[in-house]
Amino acid sequence: MNRPVRLLRIVPDDTKFDFMRFRRISFPISAVLSIAAILLYFFHGLNFGIDFVGGTLMEVQTKAGPADLAKMRGTIAGLHLGDFQLQQFGAPNDVLIRISEQPGGDAAQQEAVQKVRNALGEDVEYRRVEVVGPSVSTELLSYGTIGLVLAIGAILIYLWFRFEWQFALGAMIANVHDLVLTVGFMSITHIDFDLTSIAALLTILGYSLNDTVVIYDRIREMLRRYKRMSMPDLLNASINATLSRSIVTHLTVSLSLLALLLFGGQAIRSFTATMMFGVVLVGTYTSVFIASPILIYLGVGRTRQGEPEDTEAEAPPTAPAAPTGPPTPSKPSPPRQRARSRR
Amino acid sequence: MLFFTRWKAAGILLTAFIVCLFALPNFFSESTLRTWPSWAQRHMVLGLDLQGGSSLLLEVDVATVRKDRLQGLADDVLRTLRQNRIPFTGRTIHSNGVEVRITRESDVDNAVSKLRELSQPLTGVVGSTGQRSVDISESGGLITLTPSDAALTERIRQTIDQSIQIVERRVNELGLVEPTIQRQGASRILVQVPGLQDPSRLKAIIGKTAKLDFRMVDETMTPEQALASHPPADSEILDGESGEKYLIEKRALVSGGDLVDAQPSFDQRNGQPIVNFRFNSAGARKFAEVTQQNVGKRFAIVLDNKVISAPVINEPIPGGAGQISGNFTVQSANDLAILLRAGALPAPLTVVEERTVGPGLGQDSINAGEHAAYVGAALVIFFMLVTYGLFGLFANIAVAVNVAMIFGVLSMLGATLTLPGIAGIVLTVGIAVDSNVLIYERIREEVRAGRTAISAIDAGFSRALATILDSNITTFIAAAVLFYIGTGPVRGFAVTLGIGILTSLFTAFTLTRLIVAYWVRLWRPRTVPI
Repeated sequence: MNRPVRLLRIVPDDTKFDFMRFRRISFPISAVLSIAAILLYFFHGLNFGIDFVGGTLMEVQTKAGPADLAKMRGTIAGLHLGDFQLQQFGAPNDVLIRISEQPGGDAAQQEAVQKVRNALGEDVEYRRVEVVGPSVSTELLSYGTIGLVLAIGAILIYLWFRFEWQFALGAMIANVHDLVLTVGFMSITHIDFDLTSIAALLTILGYSLNDTVVIYDRIREMLRRYKRMSMPDLLNASINATLSRSIVTHLTVSLSLLALLLFGGQAIRSFTATMMFGVVLVGTYTSVFIASPILIYLGVGRTRQGEPEDTEAEAPPTAPAAPTGPPTPSKPSPPRQRARSRR
Repeated sequence: MLFFTRWKAAGILLTAFIVCLFALPNFFSESTLRTWPSWAQRHMVLGLDLQGGSSLLLEVDVATVRKDRLQGLADDVLRTLRQNRIPFTGRTIHSNGVEVRITRESDVDNAVSKLRELSQPLTGVVGSTGQRSVDISESGGLITLTPSDAALTERIRQTIDQSIQIVERRVNELGLVEPTIQRQGASRILVQVPGLQDPSRLKAIIGKTAKLDFRMVDETMTPEQALASHPPADSEILDGESGEKYLIEKRALVSGGDLVDAQPSFDQRNGQPIVNFRFNSAGARKFAEVTQQNVGKRFAIVLDNKVISAPVINEPIPGGAGQISGNFTVQSANDLAILLRAGALPAPLTVVEERTVGPGLGQDSINAGEHAAYVGAALVIFFMLVTYGLFGLFANIAVAVNVAMIFGVLSMLGATLTLPGIAGIVLTVGIAVDSNVLIYERIREEVRAGRTAISAIDAGFSRALATILDSNITTFIAAAVLFYIGTGPVRGFAVTLGIGILTSLFTAFTLTRLIVAYWVRLWRPRTVPI
């Protein structure tokens, strides 16, 4: 059957990039970026939404023409509700009002909302009103943090179970690296950090692991098959073998996310923006440049020596592309001659 | 990997078909669905963020429950000791228990054993838990009674149960459409009302404890005198509706619990809104007795420690019916009647979280979500076709079936679809595609390694599936944790993501393989077109 149409090859067959050489660059870069992200978190902070600090969020839409922000600001300032922010949200007649938590417990928050409703009256449509009291907000924050820790823990145990402990540890370092960088991104962009951000962080975690696991899976397979190949070569070969998949998958995920980002509406914009950064930019980079090379430092394959033991019994007898002879540094060649001689 | 028995193939197709079928009710209107058999009616519910509505999270005031429990215990102690004629001094209530000092040392043992009767064994779901409701300790004639934590937890649970019933009655009385009221956590109640735009009235109705008492006005001194000196031991000073002060006896003659009905009405003399009420027979008897004994004196109608009115008893009221007049508007008379009919809350409820979405935003979100889903799907379908050709088409079929199956499972569960839920579905499309990408890339590799077409496809599937399983389980763990810790919208996201992972595993392991297997059987390909 002839190929009727030329299919798109985003990544050419048989790539031989020497990814491992970059580890001397990627590790310091990641360390610097991580430290920068942590510093950002402590000194620039996160734009915590009302879910975590309590307070009131109202999205109102003026019924007649664009909103007069200055006038609205004046009206609300007259209510003496402490700190508040007004912000245009999407359309020119759409305004987001954020009022900080009122002193005096849960009941005081309710009074504040009622005051704003009375002051703005019937001129606006209340598209969304969210009030989170102090007792709930502290709880949500601790649940969110516990959730992240639990998720990382559960995934680690699974990986430990399925792979070696070095893989689990490597994946964890990669994950924490992803999360730290994403938090840094959220700090720098001042995106609202609310419950959906926790959802975004957990999804990033899942995706990034997904990617790491795919490469690890291949590394494990290679480790079993090629007992003599040096660790950097083996890792390079594994990453190259899965490179096409990584790129195709990330393209499709980016396409989905792009659609959500452009058309999904304001309400989930911060969610999709965070995902875009975490999954597409950081996740991919991490799997290739951090999660894989770190296995060397964690001591995977340190004891690699001895007789090759070809477990791949049905190794292809005539691999056309593979060069014969001893394995070249960057390309794994199945030790066919040895396999043949053993038969 | 490519061999399917006829039965297995039929089973796979049938499963996919049936699950997809469950998504069908979502495309019909409520009224059409009602004509269907009940098992086929299950469908997805739009979350409040999509259809608009109000969601309130209420918290029972645990401190009040504790205080009431301690007060009750203190009263019991008093009664028990008096009944048994055991002299005591100093009965104090402190933060977590009641203390009483027995005067004569010879009475101490007797007192402890009598007081021990106040402590009942707690029963759990299966028989006795071995714990008791009150812990009693004694040292040097000082007896301390402490309600156990388990007993307090049980009390809070009961309080929530009662509160839920009363909130339900109140909300239903307001005539709101399809409200849902459910317990959340240990001390909270979630009230969700679709379509409600301004929950102010709902909050006002739910937030009132509505404890109604009929008490006598203490006329031994004026409120001003009482304020200046000390009120009599059995009386207290209460505020009226417009701030005036009353000196009211603490003892209730009749309480709101004895009411059987309350209706808003108008006073025939001056046209003012009033509330008519009726007592049950016990309440009617007590009320008749009291009014007979106190003709010419004033009694007070006290609601939540506020005096609504304090009329003079002109004549005995024997029939067990009466009316409350105060400074009511039509609405407040109506609200009071609702509160009285529904009964008093056992403890005050506070609104700790409110989320209200107007119908406009809800519809916008649905549109945005649909729009994004179509664009995302179109982009992914196109990309897969360009990259994998015929196999891309197979993948697209699998992904489409996958999405239909997600809707099917969501409908079967009667799950709530939220905006983050839609985001979850869009992301699942990415995951489902990834499964196919993993398989196809592996097949490409096996072809490059020199395998024949069929052997490469076979090996591609068997090797990729292990990877797919590993990578999906990790994402599934994240979704499970999200579901477990999340509330509302986040949970919606976790549900669709989790279900999506399961369905995409199903399609990757069975459907895609089946399609490719049939294609191989029909075309007997020599090369793989990817």
